[in-house]
Amino acid sequence: MPIWNKEAECASSEARQKLQLDRLQKTVERVYSRVPFYRERLDRAGVNPDSITSLKDIARLPFTSKDDLRQTYPYGLLACDPADLVEIHTSSGTTGTPVVGAYTALDIDMWSDVMARTLSMAGCEKGDTVQNGYGYGLFTGGLGVHYGARRIGANIIPISAGNTRRQLMIMRDFGTTLLTCTPSYSLFLAEAALEEGIDFRTLPLKAGCFGAEPWSENMRVEIESKLNISAHDIYGLTELIGPGVASECEHKNGQHFNEDYFYPEIVNPETGEVLPDGEKGELIITSLQREGTPLLRYRTRDITYLMREACPCGRTSVRIHRLLGRTDDMMIIRGVNCFPSQIENVLMRIEGTQPHYQIVIDRGATHLDEIEVQVEVEQAIFSDVTRAMEQLRKRIHNELKSELGISAHIKLVEPRSIARSEGKAQRIIDKRSL
Amino acid sequence: MIIKQISIFMENTTGRLADVTALLAKAGVNLRALSIADTADFGILRMVADQPDEAVQLLKDAGFIARETDVIGVEVPDHPGELARIMALFRDEGVNIEYLYASLEHKVDKAVIVLKVDDINAGLAMLEKHGFSTIPSF
Repeated sequence: MPIWNKEAECASSEARQKLQLDRLQKTVERVYSRVPFYRERLDRAGVNPDSITSLKDIARLPFTSKDDLRQTYPYGLLACDPADLVEIHTSSGTTGTPVVGAYTALDIDMWSDVMARTLSMAGCEKGDTVQNGYGYGLFTGGLGVHYGARRIGANIIPISAGNTRRQLMIMRDFGTTLLTCTPSYSLFLAEAALEEGIDFRTLPLKAGCFGAEPWSENMRVEIESKLNISAHDIYGLTELIGPGVASECEHKNGQHFNEDYFYPEIVNPETGEVLPDGEKGELIITSLQREGTPLLRYRTRDITYLMREACPCGRTSVRIHRLLGRTDDMMIIRGVNCFPSQIENVLMRIEGTQPHYQIVIDRGATHLDEIEVQVEVEQAIFSDVTRAMEQLRKRIHNELKSELGISAHIKLVEPRSIARSEGKAQRIIDKRSL
Repeated sequence: MIIKQISIFMENTTGRLADVTALLAKAGVNLRALSIADTADFGILRMVADQPDEAVQLLKDAGFIARETDVIGVEVPDHPGELARIMALFRDEGVNIEYLYASLEHKVDKAVIVLKVDDINAGLAMLEKHGFSTIPSF
């Protein structure tokens, strides 16, 4: 498989660390001088740009949380001249104020580089046809892949998300060789192809880069066999750049971290103490070369560990293990982030429903995430007329849809039928085997 | 006359009806008529019993979602055409029926139709006007 940027991806650890330190110092200097939020935080922590004399000093820097990003919406973390901005992306904002990523031309250049590396790991070269099924728009997936494929010089089909029949027709007629979309959508395509009489074994499709939602090894096996391709996990987040933070090479043993641009640490989520390689904890990422919205020690809330052993592919970059969970109770359903508290708020608004509920997430026959919200019925809202109970169900469904943008199946259940564990209700049952 | 119907919310799970009936049997509650409305996920059990107040309390104490509902019980002779006659009456007078179910009284050769209507007073007045007898219990 091609290695896009050998100099960066296969650098010696001395060369890489030297580069990282240099970039870290510049980033701290940049945010200290340009972002009042960071200047205040750094002053309070008793750190200034001169304090960073080795990579170890990164542990002296304060963390940045998602709340910090929300509170500084829209431009509070901007570290460049606004006139230098060339692009803005935001998170969907379903869980509150959206998170903003602002890009200068150099940031887009860096994004193109890391996405070219990502796609190369899946075997993408000039001459390949990339069917980009990630949504184009404020969501980073669509344009991130687009820039990477452009950098490689591959042929891009910017089909965006949805419209399954057209996806299949285009895939067959244009000879797509690389597919990028969410992993669950790839399986949905496989099912639809069966109905359309399209046999993946006869298509030139060879690989796929799948991300934006959690998936499992079992799912990889299923995707690879049903689509007859090599399936690669990719990792990224809007806060840092979008896709392109880390991705799997052909050995699929952890995701190579683009650590010349993003510095990873693993910390104990409770104490914030930095943990050694191989130990599980929360992934923390520091931007090393971002101009628009650089972040210091961003708390991703994703749980993983660092894998420093050599990879047979020849890249020397550290890898992160496939994500092992979250430090909060965030759920990713069909690529949309949501929290149980949002569901609770909706239920509280509807008179009579106790906030006793349980969320069951599963992938059904369609392979797309399906969410069932089980709500306990209480005396006050119980009616002997079926129609009234169905109306209640519909109302909960509609309000959840307008709050979360997700269509959930609402199941009315008897009180106490939702298991309580040690007094605390288990709110989420995730059957997706992630 | 109004009958106090017992209405119970039930999940569609195996054994739930057995739980309810066992509870009522233990307390010596005698059931006279019952019906179940079912949807994909839940059902509503409706029944007429000899001690509705006690039965509902018992059910609530056992953790069931239960309540009393005002319904009409109308006695009709047990032969063809009687239900049709009553239905025509409701249609002509514009009283909307939410649901109904029936019970046979073999001893006296009569049937009891249990009706839930949107306007119970209008329903009762109409039935009485046309010579049907509504009963407080059976």
